[in-house]
Amino acid sequence: MTEYALEVENLRKSFGGQVAVDGVSFSLPPGGSLAVVGESGSGKTTTARMLVGLERPDAGRIRVGGRDRSAAARGRATRLSRARELQMVFQDPYLSLDPRVSVAQCVEEPLRLHFAMSPRERRARRDELLARVGLGGREADALPRRLSGGQRQRVALARALATEPKVLILDEATAALDVSIQAQILDLLAEIRRESGVGYVFVTHNLALVRHVADDVLVLHQGRVVESGPSSRVLTAPEHPYTRLLLHSVPRPGWDPARIAADRRALATESKESS
Amino acid sequence: MTPRLLEIENLDVRLTAGRAARPILDGVSLHVGRGEAVGLVGESGSGKSVTCRSVLRLLPEGAEAAGSVRVDGEDVLTMSAARLRDLRRNDVSMIFQDPRASINPLRRIGDFVTEGMRAGGMSRDDALRRAAELLESVGIREPRAALRRYPHEFSGGMLQRVMIAGALAGEPRLLLADEPTTALDVTTQAEVIAILTGLRGERSMGLLFVTHDLELAAAICDRVYVMYAGRIVEAQTAGGLFDRPRHPYTSGLLAATPRLESDRPPRGVPGRPVSLAEAPAGCAFAARCAHARPACTRDVPARREIDGAHVACLRAEELSHD
Ligand SMILES: Nc1ncnc2c1ncn2[C@@H]1O[C@H](COP(=O)(O)OP(=O)(O)OP(=O)(O)O)[C@@H](O)[C@H]1O
Ligand SMILES: Nc1ncnc2c1ncn2[C@@H]1O[C@H](COP(=O)(O)OP(=O)(O)OP(=O)(O)O)[C@@H](O)[C@H]1O
Ligand code: SF4
Ligand SMILES: [Mg+2]
Ligand SMILES: [Mg+2]
Repeated sequence: MTEYALEVENLRKSFGGQVAVDGVSFSLPPGGSLAVVGESGSGKTTTARMLVGLERPDAGRIRVGGRDRSAAARGRATRLSRARELQMVFQDPYLSLDPRVSVAQCVEEPLRLHFAMSPRERRARRDELLARVGLGGREADALPRRLSGGQRQRVALARALATEPKVLILDEATAALDVSIQAQILDLLAEIRRESGVGYVFVTHNLALVRHVADDVLVLHQGRVVESGPSSRVLTAPEHPYTRLLLHSVPRPGWDPARIAADRRALATESKESS
Repeated sequence: MTPRLLEIENLDVRLTAGRAARPILDGVSLHVGRGEAVGLVGESGSGKSVTCRSVLRLLPEGAEAAGSVRVDGEDVLTMSAARLRDLRRNDVSMIFQDPRASINPLRRIGDFVTEGMRAGGMSRDDALRRAAELLESVGIREPRAALRRYPHEFSGGMLQRVMIAGALAGEPRLLLADEPTTALDVTTQAEVIAILTGLRGERSMGLLFVTHDLELAAAICDRVYVMYAGRIVEAQTAGGLFDRPRHPYTSGLLAATPRLESDRPPRGVPGRPVSLAEAPAGCAFAARCAHARPACTRDVPARREIDGAHVACLRAEELSHD
């Protein structure tokens, strides 16, 4: 039996009586890439936050490399080893990078926390990581605000990779970037996955991205998985009306916004009647 | 000959204040006809918003503008303050990118939508009746009740509709839409676009649509202008832009855009976009351009016409044949 890098069963979360995530299950093979798509408020970020332990699930199971992490972590060692296995990169690296800490220190911090290394080894590893994401010595000495959006996202990536995670959770990690830069980062992500065998959970609302970054896709609607499967199948032969609506909504030649608006209203009426 | 609805000619905008002095726009020229939808596309900092806002003479603080911005032949940059107020109320409206940042959170929706009409002398009752009609036309249910509500009671998509209703209150002949759907979901985006394109058809309103999304621009616009570092580098019909991009930056953008229908992975453009202030001499794209020649860094390439397309690239003729 193959062991999954990440297995999620029946994950559930409510905020004050409002269900945000409702019975989400999926699995990710080692080195696999799964896209989680859905419109605003569908529960993508809440799911991602539960995976990395920023939010406690009301119910459900999360297994990483076969080990259950549903129960609260007891002790520093468990917490650290959990943090090592799953890392997250956010949409806006401005908010996740400490503005007072240089790029070099920022990448060294997880190395210090997770590995027993001499300062010399640590610096060498740091430079290796920065080089891996295409940053040099000049950027290493800089503070985050002196960097462009794309460069900051590279720093966040280097920092996340420092712990050699099994899985990287990317929450709209390229959404704030210009397309010419987004494509550079996507390219880098593909290269890193090929080389290191890290797996990705790629949270995005951009369907056009999916086939280029993910083997499989999970479509969320109001906290529930309405469709899942290989990206190539879901994008070409979607089965659920909501998936079809999402796909038709992507602008392209021959796009008919008025029809999409009508379909959307029909779908909203339907789901109101069925619930 | 009747003047065009919007004609921007050779617009330069520069900040003049002391150490912060720098150029923002250089020789921007574009036009929009009656009932025409025109796209303005480019990456962050390229000058799309400054161009768009200049049509209402909303220049950055401490900025000076040269050139002309004419609406129906009247120069916005030199008109009197009274005429400008009138123009903003009756002729040209703008939808801003972030509805939450541009609608006063402490005032009711009704106040926001009726503001211009009241200032124009309409009675309160008439203005409210008209506002309810407008909200209904942009798909807000129970518009009467909506008028009494506050911005925080609306989702982003609904608030964007409110802003559109407000922008349409003066029955503008020209609508400036600055990334009106960037903050919205794709499905909500489609609804908002359906409203805009519908109105454009019904009222033969001109639309200047600012976006960084080439696919979106091409899907709804007749013609598209591409900006890079404060200059227009290409102008073409939407179809032409996709079939045959003439400027290396346009082809770079197209190749970088992920496509639903294509298996070809998006290809990045090396380096990063620059603002006009950072741009080196000559072609601002030269440092990122695979076709650059030494001559490219000498003079700013002039915009010229090739088979109906307008391109500012020294090598446009040769490159279009490869
Ligand atoms: N901390 C919280 N407190 C209360 N409600 C929350 C909280 N976090 C999320 N929610 C709610 O849970 C639902 C799911 O939100 P979530 O952020 O997971 O959506 P998302 O799919 O990531 O959306 P987006 O595309 O806008 O990022 C929403 O209705 C949201 O308002
Ligand atoms: N109020 C202002 N004061 C000073 N500089 C400004 C101001 N507004 C814009 N700029 C500068 O002018 C240039 C063009 O900005 P503009 O906002 O037009 O870009 P844009 O193409 O709309 O980008 P984005 O896609 O990020 O909205 C940028 O370099 C910006 O820093
Ligand atoms: S002028 Fe030269 S550098 Fe600029 S786009 Fe054309 S070929 Fe490239
Ligand atoms: Mg989210
Ligand atoms: Mg802008």
